[in-house]
Amino acid sequence: MGNGTSIGRVRGHGSAHSGTHHWLVQRYTAIANLFLGLWLVFGLVTMPNYEYGTLMTWATGPFNAVLLALFVVSTFWHARLGLQVVVEDYVHDHANKFAAMAALNLAAFGGAGASLFFIARMVMLAAGQESAAAALQSAMGGR
Amino acid sequence: MATKNRPLSPHLQVWRWGPAMLVSILHRVTGDGMALVGLGVLIYWLASLAGGPAAYEAFSAHADAWYGKVVLVGLTWAFFNHMASGVRHFVLDIGAGFELKSNAAWSVFTPLFALAATVVTWAAILLK
Repeated sequence: MGNGTSIGRVRGHGSAHSGTHHWLVQRYTAIANLFLGLWLVFGLVTMPNYEYGTLMTWATGPFNAVLLALFVVSTFWHARLGLQVVVEDYVHDHANKFAAMAALNLAAFGGAGASLFFIARMVMLAAGQESAAAALQSAMGGR
Repeated sequence: MATKNRPLSPHLQVWRWGPAMLVSILHRVTGDGMALVGLGVLIYWLASLAGGPAAYEAFSAHADAWYGKVVLVGLTWAFFNHMASGVRHFVLDIGAGFELKSNAAWSVFTPLFALAATVVTWAAILLK
């Protein structure tokens, strides 16, 4: 402690010339992971069974679908930050480090993007089945 | 590379093992395990649900098999262990819990909590 200018200390900048941004975002996403992870574990444990219909009903409700999407964003973000530190700790060659970070970013953003697409598709699938059932019901005399 | 055969700082084989060291290593191991394996399972799980009943049946068959159970129980343990040591990190971040005795005590507590939470979770699932 005691190094750098006052404004530099305020901004959290040290000799690395970058701030505490990585450290802070790791904590912010950790807080989100804590609550969303417990929500997911609780939801899965209290589920009556693991049939396709049960899971889809649970996962495609507006509340759970949004939390599931947030869980995806938060965990992939947190994992990207965590694996970055592993790369920085163990990959010392500049070219290899660049390649590892590029691959990590592609995997993290690709995985999160794909997961969000799957959640959206699940919700649309459930909505489609609902409207198809409603159409069938009205075609059979509106009962 | 010019860095070949340079002296290395003492590492895992040299330091005397203590609870805090074990928890620190487990934090990274469980975090990396969940990032590499857990997120893969998450993608597969969501993809199978989005793919329809047949795709989910295929996922279910893997999840029900012995190796699937090993992965899922392992991920549950990794989640609770990483969660406990992560909460410990939050406490350390505010500057508390650095006294030798309390630091060692909370270090011992985190993996024990993770084991207990994993047993309770899977008992609740399997005894349904």
